[in-house]
Amino acid sequence: MNYFPDEVIEHVFHFVNSNKDRNSISLVCKLWYRIERFSRSRVLVGNCYAITPERVIARFPCLKSLFLKGKPHFADFNLVPQDWGGYVYPWIKCLEKNRTNLEELRLKRMIVTDDSLELVAKSFSNFKSLVLVSCEGFTTDGLAAIAANCRFLRELDLQENEIEDHRGQWLNCFSESCTSLVALNFACLKGDINLAALERLVARSPNLKSLRLNRSVPVETLHRILVQAPQLVDIGVGSFVCDPESETFLKLTALLQKRHSIRSLSGFFEMTLYCAPAIYPLFSNLISLNLSYAPAFPGKELIKILQLCGKLQKLWVLDCIGDKGLEIVAYSCKELQELRVFPSDPDGDGNATFVTEEGLVAISSGCPKLNSLLYFCAQMTNAALITVARNCPNFIRFRLCILDPTKPDAATLQPLDEGFGAIVQACKGLRRLSISGHLTDQVFQYIGMHAKNLEMLSVAFAGGSDKGMLHVLNGCEKLNKLEIRDCPYGDGALLNNVRKYETMRSLWMSSCNISMGGCRMLAKSMPRLNVEVINENGDLNRDGDDDQLVDKLFVYRTLAGPRTDAPDFVWTL
Amino acid sequence: MESTGCYDKDLNLEATELRLGLPGTDQTEPTTNKRSIHQTKEEDQEGGSKVASSKAQIVGWPPVRSFRKNSVQPKKNKAGTEAEASGIYVKVSMDGAPYLRKINLNSYNGYDQLLVAVQSMFRITIGRHSEREGYGGSEHAPTYEDKDGDWMLVGDVPWEMFTRTCKRLRIMKGSEARGLGCGV
Repeated sequence: MNYFPDEVIEHVFHFVNSNKDRNSISLVCKLWYRIERFSRSRVLVGNCYAITPERVIARFPCLKSLFLKGKPHFADFNLVPQDWGGYVYPWIKCLEKNRTNLEELRLKRMIVTDDSLELVAKSFSNFKSLVLVSCEGFTTDGLAAIAANCRFLRELDLQENEIEDHRGQWLNCFSESCTSLVALNFACLKGDINLAALERLVARSPNLKSLRLNRSVPVETLHRILVQAPQLVDIGVGSFVCDPESETFLKLTALLQKRHSIRSLSGFFEMTLYCAPAIYPLFSNLISLNLSYAPAFPGKELIKILQLCGKLQKLWVLDCIGDKGLEIVAYSCKELQELRVFPSDPDGDGNATFVTEEGLVAISSGCPKLNSLLYFCAQMTNAALITVARNCPNFIRFRLCILDPTKPDAATLQPLDEGFGAIVQACKGLRRLSISGHLTDQVFQYIGMHAKNLEMLSVAFAGGSDKGMLHVLNGCEKLNKLEIRDCPYGDGALLNNVRKYETMRSLWMSSCNISMGGCRMLAKSMPRLNVEVINENGDLNRDGDDDQLVDKLFVYRTLAGPRTDAPDFVWTL
Repeated sequence: MESTGCYDKDLNLEATELRLGLPGTDQTEPTTNKRSIHQTKEEDQEGGSKVASSKAQIVGWPPVRSFRKNSVQPKKNKAGTEAEASGIYVKVSMDGAPYLRKINLNSYNGYDQLLVAVQSMFRITIGRHSEREGYGGSEHAPTYEDKDGDWMLVGDVPWEMFTRTCKRLRIMKGSEARGLGCGV
């Protein structure tokens, strides 16, 4: 390869898109490193504190697309205090200063302010795509800035963000000359929007393929939008409340009968059940269906619908579907690859229906292509997991959450070690695993022995001893992220294999048995790690005894040194 | 295989102050596994259909994004469970009455019950609703303001739709009432 001119090598690299592969390429030799860095346009920074923006831009001057992740994953479940960090502003400021030709920005679990959005909108004239997932700190004013200034905007995708809704006219701010929209998702907005502005925007966006509306958009508007945009392929319905005898409903029913191009459906935050038959014609063409925000669909209705979904590959649904419903899915949806079953009653207040091991076994035997699972259930058994492992050896993601976190095998009352052991043994390609239920060191022995491709492991309320954590650290060669809560692991586990943490992105441990002394020791022996002790309750004394227990610990490798924006309850040792 | 007794010690709940009981209760022994066994037995006895309702509120459990937790309220099963404690309270005015009243639309199953209540509250007669004639010649007509701000005759749309769209009620009387829905 070294006999080729640089342009040829660069051209070859052009076909390599995955970050992993590009990282590997850049390690081959100095020449390849140099060529690769000038040709990389998509950069992923999995931990925004692992490196400074200046260094990223210096290494990749032709960067056009940046994907940044901020807070630790457990922040999604309120385990990370509000002001821990993850601010995007410094990154945008740096990109602006270097006059980077930023076209795409994707952020996950970061604090985004209106100022940041405004800076993005005004600094990058070619800006095309903004995707925000699980972010917070901004309002609809920030969205207005994006709408008003990004003349070539193709994608605005807001997924499950906490956005302060000023009920302003942000949709109005899209200029009349903005006709480039391909995807617009504002389903997570809580307030009203200007419906007329929305309709006008849709009317002048001939390339609009994906549109996900929020709760405030009524069915009348949906109908008008569908008439305007026959090219839509992905629809998130806002509110589907209507009078079944109204003209709107009749027209909508007729229209939907002919929309064979719709492949993805979601939303239905409110629904008149009586009107459900209008959407039936859509289901036989669907590849993706997300009814996890639609509590108005009772189990029976879901069953009716899912029987029609012969082509479905991705299904997100609430557990009111029940085991019976999952059996129907197993029978009808032979192409299913990804299934997520969410709890309809997360706080366990009412007499909700739920799913058990039976539903999962049914799915595994009916859907051989299943490779990604998130399953909130009331109970599980080893026998079921062993069967699932046998039926579906292709799992890449397997996340099982038993609502009672320490529940043993429901039939034998044994720990669920054997069941999860079977999963990791059979699923050689497993990259992500979340386990729950009553577990001992044994399950971790299995994981360490067999889960050789495992990149991310989430553990909660497991039993056992330090040995458990060590099995994982020593055995899982590709481990990238380890997050543990409420397990009995202490300093022995933390300090046994400290070099491992430099090969990983991060380690989270909360409500375990870690002491200040252990954390100090770790920080001392591994200077290229940030060892962050999060003193949320103010119980700890920074200069105090080694034997103080540390409730929340976040360790991550970094080239940037201790961060300068940490709040005063976060100590980098 | 770990003996089942070991994990009590290993969890060392005292030191880490993990508590899985309800807030305010004091547990002197690690309760995790014993509690689950107890629950399982309970479920078996009841035919396995009920989830134990006295769940401790553990922070961040189940691991559902807070956005999702806040968005999805459990929908009560229509078949026979109580109406939600949070009602749909709307003002009811009657022309000529000195003050308004407030009623909870959720406490009625349908129009019949609603009208009985209103008639009794204001000591009036409204009569039966018919599609053609409205409240046919009665001295009073129940009307409501809907989401769009229009004044509609009560009874035309399905009850669920009515409770969803009704913002306030007004009992019209006299000639105004007789003019409504009289055949045309």
